[in-house]
Amino acid sequence: MSATATSEATQYLTFELEEETFALDISKVREVLEFSSVTKVPRTPEFMRGVINLRGSVVPVVDLRLKFGMTRTEKTVNTCVIIVEVSFESESMVLGALADSVQEVIELEPEKIEPAPSIGMQLRTDFIKGMGKRDEEFIIILDIDKIFTADELAFAQEASQSAA
Amino acid sequence: MSGEDDGLDAGREAFKEEAAELLTELETSLLELEEHPTDEDLIGRVFRAMHTVKGSGAMFGFDDIAEFTHEVETAFDMVRMGKLAVTKELTNLTLRARDQIRTMIEASEGKATVDHSVSKSIIGSLQLLTKGGSAKAAVQEVEEVSAKKPSKTASADGSHSITYRIRFKPASDLFITGTNPILLLNELRQMGSCMVIAQTDAITRLEEFNPETCATYWDIILTTTHSANAIKDVFIFVDDMCELHVEVVDEEGEYDEDEGYMKLGEILAARGDVKVDELKKLLGKQKKVGEILVDAGIVDSGHIESALAEQQHIKEVREQRQKTADGAASIRVPSERLDKLVDLVGELVTVQARLSQTAAINGEVLLTSIAEEVERLTWELRDGTMSIRMLPIGTTFSKFKRLVRDLSNDLGKEIQMTTDGAETELDKTVIEKLNDPLVHIIRNSIDHGVERPDVREAAGKPRMGTVHLSAGHSGANVLIKIEDDGAGLDKERILKKAIDNGLVAPDAELSEKEIFGMIFAPGFSTAAKVTNVSGRGVGMDVVKKNIDALRGIVEVKSKKGAGTTITLRLPLTLAIIDGLLVKIADEVFVIPLAVVEECVELSKKDIERTHGRHVSNVRGVLIPYIRLREHFLIDAEEPEMEQIVITEVEDKKVGFVVDYVIGEHQTVIKTLGRVFKDIEGVSGATILGDGTVALIMDIPSLVRSVARHEPTVADTVGV
Repeated sequence: MSATATSEATQYLTFELEEETFALDISKVREVLEFSSVTKVPRTPEFMRGVINLRGSVVPVVDLRLKFGMTRTEKTVNTCVIIVEVSFESESMVLGALADSVQEVIELEPEKIEPAPSIGMQLRTDFIKGMGKRDEEFIIILDIDKIFTADELAFAQEASQSAA
Repeated sequence: MSGEDDGLDAGREAFKEEAAELLTELETSLLELEEHPTDEDLIGRVFRAMHTVKGSGAMFGFDDIAEFTHEVETAFDMVRMGKLAVTKELTNLTLRARDQIRTMIEASEGKATVDHSVSKSIIGSLQLLTKGGSAKAAVQEVEEVSAKKPSKTASADGSHSITYRIRFKPASDLFITGTNPILLLNELRQMGSCMVIAQTDAITRLEEFNPETCATYWDIILTTTHSANAIKDVFIFVDDMCELHVEVVDEEGEYDEDEGYMKLGEILAARGDVKVDELKKLLGKQKKVGEILVDAGIVDSGHIESALAEQQHIKEVREQRQKTADGAASIRVPSERLDKLVDLVGELVTVQARLSQTAAINGEVLLTSIAEEVERLTWELRDGTMSIRMLPIGTTFSKFKRLVRDLSNDLGKEIQMTTDGAETELDKTVIEKLNDPLVHIIRNSIDHGVERPDVREAAGKPRMGTVHLSAGHSGANVLIKIEDDGAGLDKERILKKAIDNGLVAPDAELSEKEIFGMIFAPGFSTAAKVTNVSGRGVGMDVVKKNIDALRGIVEVKSKKGAGTTITLRLPLTLAIIDGLLVKIADEVFVIPLAVVEECVELSKKDIERTHGRHVSNVRGVLIPYIRLREHFLIDAEEPEMEQIVITEVEDKKVGFVVDYVIGEHQTVIKTLGRVFKDIEGVSGATILGDGTVALIMDIPSLVRSVARHEPTVADTVGV
């Protein structure tokens, strides 16, 4: 399934989350910002870190580490917000994703990408487009659209239910 | 591919837009025409609208539309020429034709399909009408015409205005009959733009003066759409006691408008006040004509004044016409461009706030003065931009005329719609979003509110029911009222239904307001059976939701047997509000200033005194409060002295406890996007002077949410 999705050589932006390397299709990435301050929206799940001001528009920011079951992202000099464009219920939406540090843009041929093993990843496999291999190191290529599917973001009800 | 195609496409787009407007105009005029079937002005408007649709339709390749419209136009051409009378049948057909034209335009976009048999049937019926095939129509016509003002002959009223020169010279014994000439003159004033000059040259010296005789006469310059006969009718009762001259001096379209009106001398000569040769003789002298004439004793200054007034009047009338023609020259701008402009202004407001803040911290005089200048310009720009988006609500109102007419016909009821305050201006987006709620409210009024004619008569009310739509400003809000004189809401029935549906406990004691509020609950309907108009209980739910989304408030007042009034209170604009900045720990929030009543202090002692209950005694009134720190789960120590911001929503006062009130803030509203669309208590966000984001609190939703979570809150307090 994921093999068909990556049939051409594509550029990826790599970044780190808890010393592990992840990658995103560069066509999904709009820009990378320095992480300064974020305004928390009350009564939302913890992985929704809040909203930031992106040149006049208000953009939600997601803590990928919390989303993937790791610890909360702490602010360091290297912490970045990767602004991505996500298709959400057939509409495009701008989101910010927190990363410990942003590495580089790499090019990967499709044959260097393997489907993710179905067990042992400790991460929902549908979030993963595939495993890229570079210098004997594996990179987890994320499917950003899947991470923010409708039910993943339909936390508002959950949040209010858990509060009740 | 080619530029020509683009040009044609743009033309087609423009035609569609224009046609949409023309069709609206057509509908409005037709509905008015139904009430005033002899009004030539309206017939002209209907004809012109159709003619334009036909013409530009053919130009941009909408041949089917042009062809169809032509048939309808033919009928109205006959009406215009007085060969065919306006009947209900005709207006019905024309309204159907109008809908068909709209469908045809939509079909060209692929939005709908055209049922050509409908076109054929409309044209067929129209042709039958124009050939006088419908005897019924003819009879009806006679009745309708005679029912209307009989004095108003069809040929009398033109759509264009004419200026008359009237000399009213009453006989000297006019007063003896008890006639007051002033009343006659006032009547003339009501007919149009009017200038009256009293001529006093016949008044004798004081010792010879008899106060019982009338020695004054009047020159009147009147611009009106009425005919000369209508003017003579004014003087009908003094006909044999006066000299009356009515002459047309200026007619719209008759003269070349660029040419000035007659010179003073020409006017006097035309009136016969001076002779042309006498005038010519005197013109050699280099004085103003008026002065020369007075000096020469040919005419007295009264006449000169009168002639000058005529000159002035005509000048003004012509200028006015010119202005009306210029006024129509507006520019059509796509609304996206306007939205973009508003966005940019919003950003500018944010940047300006940052600039002012930086200047204030910096303290440099030059920078401060620049910042102040930028602030002033920004506000002007903001107000200007907002006003561009304002539209009168009238267009929406006239849409409902059709709805009322068709629905009441379908239901066999007699209902008229009256409107008030159609010129009230509202933000474009608000008007667009107002459409659905108003449709539901009016449908409800017609279906459930206003009774059948026989029922109304039995109840001692006029057969004809009324739905009154009105709009007006009230502070920073716009009030829209929908009143009907129908049966009113049945409190007991609503309560019973609410108890049956499990919406309220059987033993609950509710105020009238709370009971009426029930009608907005989803799926709530007291209608015994579901009709195609209403009864499914969806409508009022939609009303509430849409009005909430506009940050508005719905109020219901009703008296059984006398009618129902629904009031919508809406903010003027959606883009910028006045807000109150408050701080809790490190977080800054905005409370809409519109709901804020006052701010009071809350000390730890006060809290102890009420044993941790969330109520505060403000000048003898007990006000419950919500600790935002707890509700928003903000984890930080509260300060010694907190502040309560007291708000009033839906007549209930609720306080919100915050750490610190910062002050007022012009809040540019940004949406939080789809991710946060279901968050309770937050309606949006704004960007502060330092570039950070602050959330805007949605006070009504916050109150509801807290009320629902109340036990939980109490538990945490108890722990």
